[in-house]
Amino acid sequence: MDDGTSTVGRSASRRSARSGWVPYAYLAPALLLYGGFLLFPLGRAAQYSLFDWDGLGESTFVGLDNYVAILYDERLREAFWHALVLVFFYAVLPLAIGLLLAALLTRSQVRGLGFFRSVIFLPQVIAMVVVAVTWRQIYAPDGPLNAFLRLIGLGALTRPWLGDYTFTLPAVGLIGTWVCTGLVTVLLMAGMSRVPRELYEAARLDGSGPVREFFAITLPTVRGEITVALTLTIVAALKTFDLVYVTTSGGPGTSTTVPSFEIYRRAFQLGDVGVATTVGIVLTVVVFAINGVVNMVGDRK
Amino acid sequence: MKSHIRPSAAALGGVALILALAGCAPGNGAAENPESSGEISTDISDVGDVTLTVWDQEVRGGQNEQMEQLNAAFMEKYPNVTIERNSQSFDDLATTLRLALTDADAPDVVQANNGRNTMGQFVAGGQLRPLDDYADAYGWFDRYSPSVVQYSTYSDDAKVFGDGNLYGLPQVGEVVGVFYSKSKLAGLGLEVPADWSAFDEALAAAAGAGETPLLLGNIEKWPALHVFGPLQGDHVDADVITDLGLGNSGQSWTTPENVAAATSLRDWVDAGYFNDGVNGTDYDAAWQALASGDGVFLIGGSWLAADLDDAMGDDVGFFVPNRADGTPATTGGTGLPFTITSAADNTDVAAAYIDFITSDEAMEVLAETGNLPVNRASELAPSSGVMADVFTVFGEVTANGSLLPYLDYATPTFADTMGQSLQDLLAGQVTPAEFTEALEADYAEFVAANG
Repeated sequence: MDDGTSTVGRSASRRSARSGWVPYAYLAPALLLYGGFLLFPLGRAAQYSLFDWDGLGESTFVGLDNYVAILYDERLREAFWHALVLVFFYAVLPLAIGLLLAALLTRSQVRGLGFFRSVIFLPQVIAMVVVAVTWRQIYAPDGPLNAFLRLIGLGALTRPWLGDYTFTLPAVGLIGTWVCTGLVTVLLMAGMSRVPRELYEAARLDGSGPVREFFAITLPTVRGEITVALTLTIVAALKTFDLVYVTTSGGPGTSTTVPSFEIYRRAFQLGDVGVATTVGIVLTVVVFAINGVVNMVGDRK
Repeated sequence: MKSHIRPSAAALGGVALILALAGCAPGNGAAENPESSGEISTDISDVGDVTLTVWDQEVRGGQNEQMEQLNAAFMEKYPNVTIERNSQSFDDLATTLRLALTDADAPDVVQANNGRNTMGQFVAGGQLRPLDDYADAYGWFDRYSPSVVQYSTYSDDAKVFGDGNLYGLPQVGEVVGVFYSKSKLAGLGLEVPADWSAFDEALAAAAGAGETPLLLGNIEKWPALHVFGPLQGDHVDADVITDLGLGNSGQSWTTPENVAAATSLRDWVDAGYFNDGVNGTDYDAAWQALASGDGVFLIGGSWLAADLDDAMGDDVGFFVPNRADGTPATTGGTGLPFTITSAADNTDVAAAYIDFITSDEAMEVLAETGNLPVNRASELAPSSGVMADVFTVFGEVTANGSLLPYLDYATPTFADTMGQSLQDLLAGQVTPAEFTEALEADYAEFVAANG
């Protein structure tokens, strides 16, 4: 960019002009949108969380009472616990499956790699509501899953998958696993393809097997991708709403309620806007905290 | 680089802070008081040119058709009145109505849902006009059965539901009863059960013959309310259920009668009368199973009649078992009542409109367009088919029996509490006694807070 040494003064003044308002003019449209549709609602939510308000009439300022109230709300504790269980199904399980799949697909000479990659990624492309409706059919008492179990002689295992107090949460979680595995796998494959083949050959010459190769070469290489994958999937797990809303509405009983569903229920069904926004703010903080830890661990050299 | 980031972060923070501070406290709109009503008149032919704004939710086929016919007939009768109709789906109306009513330019006539969280809140906020003077002038209390009218009735402060001022009139009715397959019943050699003990015997006979006696899809949580409702009507006094269902004080859920009703439901589960996995079955899948011949009985609302009629034709029937005293008592209700807002410019015209669309002649239009008219159902019943059964049952229940409220009207949280508790009861997670205690907790808390 710099045109040489002769015009230092001009160059400096031009740079200072450029670093004045011009960059912000470029940023302004995005900043306005971001501020208007994200920061402003977030600020309003934080404000609402300090009020007792039914969404209709007058509001009363109650300070931090809403935050104290949700600490003692057993139903919300349960919802947050369910969200943590979903983190296992959305993030941990897909990561394990994704590492295995990605390692297999990149290392082996599979024909039609693009096809497999597309198939694995497909669940990511489908709208979550469609996914939920489909799986609701699959899990129905007379649905394909139970029919399959009966066919292979495991009729004893059949159950109403979305109406069982023990198995509904894992059943919903496995839908998340199905959805997230594709994303994780494709991310990891991109990372693994960076590893030069010579490195594996060298390791092979040094006498290490496939397992050793995986832990010594592959895993450290994709550390960055793992961090990204975990961040995305953990956020998805903690803010799950559509999946639960469509499949179970939090039931049977309260066995699959999650924080986002509780926010919706309190704000729109019970007309308790203050507490609903409080839960929203707390959920936001929790998401930031968990992902902060993930990124701290992930970035550590 | 640092110096480049800092101003932008500061700007961001500044924008956020300014926006947060600029926002005023939520919900500072004050409720207006209803104007005291002066002279009223039932003759609106000489009021001059008037525009009447009506918000309804009659968007589906037959609903929309009857509304269009009646509106056209009204404007023909009173050429000086122009109806400006705004029709939206039930859900859309529910979300927009709150804002619209507080607006200075509010509509004149609106359809408002009966429950405490809608009509109750509007009444408390002074946004609806009491209609008792017009009811006397037009004779509405003679036209309507008291068990129907009560669902549009609140006290001034909306603390009492089901008694006090009249705030609206519905056009159509709803009733919960038992759908059955005529061929299945004939195959079992059974008559249509006349009362609840005969119904129990029929269930046992169907189970003995290897059929699925009773179909239920309860993944949505609310469908079981419609099974428990009629069953409760067999065990508990209609007055008690009405108080419990409308969230009025002075009753209790933990009575032996309510426990007995819950025990009956639990006994049906234990006897294996229901299809497998009711809590994991779709509501729609359950009635479709009846249509495809996979069960004998299905307890559900009259709104299913049209679909079942399409699917099963003459094979489907509808009835309500009588109580021991020979009268029917079952869950039911009305379509959304038409109300007059406090902001209405000309209440005489608005009242004339409501009178017109709920008149005896209007009931004929409703029946012709495939709706269940709230009045004259028995005499307007079609000659055959399941709709004929539905009309007859509704007429019988409103005339001689008790139309029990939907139990989730009771408190703002009751739909939730009841839905979960019924899932728990059906799955055997709680005993019938624990079930009634969970409901009592919600009811008692609301009644106490309501003063």
